[in-house]
Amino acid sequence: MPPIVEIINVSKSYRRGNQMIPVLIDINLDIEEGEFLALMGPSGSGKSTLLNLIAALDHVDSGTIRVGGVDITALSENELAQWRAVNVGFIFQFYNLIPVLTAFENVELPLLLTGLSRKEREEHVAMALRIVNLEERMDHYPAQLSGGEQQRVAIARAIVTDPAILVADEPTGDLDRIAAREILDLMDRLNRESHKTIIMVTHDPKAAERARIIRHLDKGFLNNVYSQNPH
Amino acid sequence: MFILKILIRNAFRHKLRTSLTILGITVAILAFGLLRTFINAWYGGVEASSATRLVTRSSISLIFHLPLSYKDKIRQIDGVKTVSWGNWFGGVYIDEKNFFANFAVDAKTYLELYPEYILSPEEEKDFLRDRKGFVAGQKLARRFGWKIGDLVTLRGTIYPGNWDFVLRGIYQGRDETIDETQFFFHWDYLNEMLKKRNSTFADTVGWYMVGITRPERAIEVALAIDKTFKNSLAETLTETEKAFQLSFIAMSETILMAIEIVSFVVILIIIAVVANTMSMTYRERIGEYAIFKTLGYRNWRIAGMIFGESLVITIIGSLIGILLTFPVAKIVGKMLSNYFPVFNVADEAISMSFAASIVIGFLAAIVPTYRAIQIRIADGLRRIG
Repeated sequence: MPPIVEIINVSKSYRRGNQMIPVLIDINLDIEEGEFLALMGPSGSGKSTLLNLIAALDHVDSGTIRVGGVDITALSENELAQWRAVNVGFIFQFYNLIPVLTAFENVELPLLLTGLSRKEREEHVAMALRIVNLEERMDHYPAQLSGGEQQRVAIARAIVTDPAILVADEPTGDLDRIAAREILDLMDRLNRESHKTIIMVTHDPKAAERARIIRHLDKGFLNNVYSQNPH
Repeated sequence: MFILKILIRNAFRHKLRTSLTILGITVAILAFGLLRTFINAWYGGVEASSATRLVTRSSISLIFHLPLSYKDKIRQIDGVKTVSWGNWFGGVYIDEKNFFANFAVDAKTYLELYPEYILSPEEEKDFLRDRKGFVAGQKLARRFGWKIGDLVTLRGTIYPGNWDFVLRGIYQGRDETIDETQFFFHWDYLNEMLKKRNSTFADTVGWYMVGITRPERAIEVALAIDKTFKNSLAETLTETEKAFQLSFIAMSETILMAIEIVSFVVILIIIAVVANTMSMTYRERIGEYAIFKTLGYRNWRIAGMIFGESLVITIIGSLIGILLTFPVAKIVGKMLSNYFPVFNVADEAISMSFAASIVIGFLAAIVPTYRAIQIRIADGLRRIG
């Protein structure tokens, strides 16, 4: 079976003043379906940039990225928006919930782009909140939830459309030890039980330990050395 | 429904800021509505004018009188149905501050020509019978507490002396555009007195009001009247009642234009205020717009949220402003009743106020929307945290 994510000769630079700063240099990477991959590296190594490219949040300078057989580097902005809504779930370090919406409404947001009826949407949201064990707090606003609970709502929002891939950028970076463990347990469960492909960027070796494969980025290069965690 | 919920909640996320912005819009729309009402009030006489009435006056100026004998010649012109005449009396009631319009008119024909002044049949009969009788609009009668049968004395400014009149009728306007502050009495009474005084004004009239059979013949009849008196000692100028009223307004055109400009400047100022609010909102929510984009929301949906929020704020402000326009216009109308007998909030003022609020909401959101849809998702997400 072909890999779900194929990254072929991808390079990316950012402009700072008159200078072009290379962030990713000729990256090649395959990620298998159902994989749990951790991308590690020091600050500025390009790991978040690589994650953004895989999730179609940013554009490559050169190279190709295929996800599920689709060359996302060839899609227009509108096509990418539609593609993201269907194929990728996002988990961020700072949860990125909309403060004026309840937990339920935050989880419902991606479903508003689908053709589901209100009743169907309610069922999907309830199920997603049940998975993250937050059904009883569905009417709470983000400010009324702890950091761990907010991140669980963010995970529910990420999985509510049942995407094939979950991308997580430092998902435990803003959490205490116990909440971080709960979130990692949840991601682990989603990977093992729901066979979600998870790509996680992290600084935290303890978080990376939960991934099956760890790849290291340094100064824009992907090291050939990778570790495989026993599970 | 869900989107409307987001718009309203977003609009009131900063309650103080939004409330102050709404207050600003309310005041601006109120000012705009009042200024438009003020302009409409100026045109009140024009709106009340009839297409089947012409006004014939001296071609030199309104202050020059025309001979009474013209009435029979005008009556004979094809297309003319009724001829009435009148003089501006310019009387003062007790004090000059108590200004109101007062005319001497040929009562019977005048009432025929102006069916919009509604008098009860008894009052009309009493008025026509009493040469010293007069009729007042109900607003004027209310203002001075006049009752039927009251003796009212006016001090003449054009026609010197004290002139006594008896109130025989109080008319109501057919609709709200009709001036209910007028005072009119018998031209015969004035003429009789002038004859007694051997005045040069005797047997002369200020203007003729000419009722015509069909409005489409107005120009033809007007030309015929003026042609009749061409090369005479008192040449005439005949125009439609509307044109006659407009000629008065033309004298104050510059003031009206200034008021009109001010009313639009008010709108421009409030556009800047709302645009500032929306720009602050945009800066605070860059991250959120990036999240929406991340979730697959396209630019038009993001634009809808910003435009929608801007419109929610402006529409709330303008609706309050429009609702306040009515009672405030009533108060202002009372204060200015001496100068503007008809000071009603016109439908046009309301629709313009509402349209202005839509324009404000729309224009204020353009720049923030443009920026929001231009920002790259990765850059937007970096602003969070």
